[in-house]
Amino acid sequence: MIDLQVELPGLKLKNPLMPASGCFGFGREYSKFYDLSLLGAVMMKAATGEERSGNPTPRVAETSSGMLNAIGLQNPGVAKIIKEEVPFLANYDTAVIANVAGSTVEEYEEVATKFNQTSDVHALELNISCPNVKEGGIQFGTDPEMAKHVTEKVKQASNKPVYVKLSPNVSNIVAMAKAVEEAGADGLTMINTLTGMQLHLPSRRPLIANKTGGLSGPAIKPIAIRMIYEVRQATNIPIIGMGGIQTAEDVLEFLLAGANAVAVGTANFQNPLILPELISELPEVLRKYGFSSVKEAVGKAVIE
Amino acid sequence: MKNTENEGWKNMRKVKMKLLEIREIAKDTIEMKLTDNYITEVAKPGQFISIALPNYTLPRPISIANIDRDKQELTLLFKIMGKGTNELAGFIPGAEIDCFGPNGNSFPLMSGEMTKVLLIGGGIGVPPLYYLGKQLKKQGIKVVSILGFQSSENVFYEKEFARLGETFIVTDDGSYGMKGFVTDAVTSVPSFNAYYACGPTGMLRALTTQLHNKTGYISLEERMGCTVGACAACVIPTTEGGYKKICHDGPVFAAEEVIL
Repeated sequence: MIDLQVELPGLKLKNPLMPASGCFGFGREYSKFYDLSLLGAVMMKAATGEERSGNPTPRVAETSSGMLNAIGLQNPGVAKIIKEEVPFLANYDTAVIANVAGSTVEEYEEVATKFNQTSDVHALELNISCPNVKEGGIQFGTDPEMAKHVTEKVKQASNKPVYVKLSPNVSNIVAMAKAVEEAGADGLTMINTLTGMQLHLPSRRPLIANKTGGLSGPAIKPIAIRMIYEVRQATNIPIIGMGGIQTAEDVLEFLLAGANAVAVGTANFQNPLILPELISELPEVLRKYGFSSVKEAVGKAVIE
Repeated sequence: MKNTENEGWKNMRKVKMKLLEIREIAKDTIEMKLTDNYITEVAKPGQFISIALPNYTLPRPISIANIDRDKQELTLLFKIMGKGTNELAGFIPGAEIDCFGPNGNSFPLMSGEMTKVLLIGGGIGVPPLYYLGKQLKKQGIKVVSILGFQSSENVFYEKEFARLGETFIVTDDGSYGMKGFVTDAVTSVPSFNAYYACGPTGMLRALTTQLHNKTGYISLEERMGCTVGACAACVIPTTEGGYKKICHDGPVFAAEEVIL
């Protein structure tokens, strides 16, 4: 038997696979395709203090081996999410990770405080890396001092374990990871999308209305692997890895680089059954490469 | 009035559809006939399916142009717009295509309330109206169709719509049928209970303004991400405030429900 279980701060996962925030809504749509209890966890779409309507359309564009998105954190606001969406996910035997977003430190604190009041949320993912909103989001994710400050404040506002989502749009990812580790982060999730742009030749205009968007999909996987590897060498807190995962072999690659668990985002769009398929395929891939458990593979990249 | 059949997406499933026939029916316009035993059983007029092409990141949402339930056959019409649709146009009969659906809501049929309806399609917005028109006709409702295209080389399904009822073809350049826009032809249809329209946003905006005192349903198009309602890429502002998701709450909306 291959052991898929993973234990992380606040999270007892039956397997290391979960949907990435923003690619899965609050689970309702994909629950029509399969039983969400199959999943290790669900990472909910970002929550802000108040409802946000997001950016103008078009909000997505396909790229070579990926896609750009600029949704702009559209969400019904934390109160409605706790009232309407969290109870829905509580029907399933899976861990629930709430994604906390905001424009100001106070808003992050407010959202974290509210999620702290529900026992159906098991951990927080601190979204300091959304590239698609004018205020907040990414600037907290590109300045180590600001990242440290907001992490400390959210830690104080909540008893729940806090996983900080790191942006790859920085020159020194290790400095960011160390800053939030010092601030008390219980874990890291990485990577968020890379800021990109694509032009439509006939009109000479950007393909998405926000001009720039976050690049995701297999195009960014090597960057995610490199950054997870670098951060694994320099920090001790667990990492939930993400960025272009499409196959069970990709999952193993993330584990080897140092991820303790993984999230799948963009790949859900092309194949709504990708997560249950990867969960069923992972044991065979682990066995094939000589591992008897997920835990055993973590950080086992041989790099001399 | 709200779109009334909002629960279609509850039936979504991932399936493999086998390609039976493929042909170009107008310039860059492809007709595909596919078979499967699930989607052809449950899909309703106005719904669409998502096609997952190998080596692409996003699914291609394509509206259902027709279903023959007895033969388990589904017809899709699409326009070659870029690399993905060009690749899809290159599939040969026998190919198995990864799909999921049926997605979105459907056109409300309102049987018993109507005796005559107007179908108004523009370009590649025409296809979903065909399956709708067939269902309406089956219910004994008189169907009149106005189909607008850029030019004669873009015209398709004229005969098919003519079998449903009186059909007017309009082209922008006058190279076929009437010269002008679908809004010009609407004035030649004296009375109808409701209209159903699908086409470019500019056309829908002009139509819903022109027909503001009529009951109307419009099917919208937008660049989509997940196509199932999870990613919030394809949204449309509503008259009540806030946004609706086109792939999930639509693609069919009551004309007064959304801000185009």
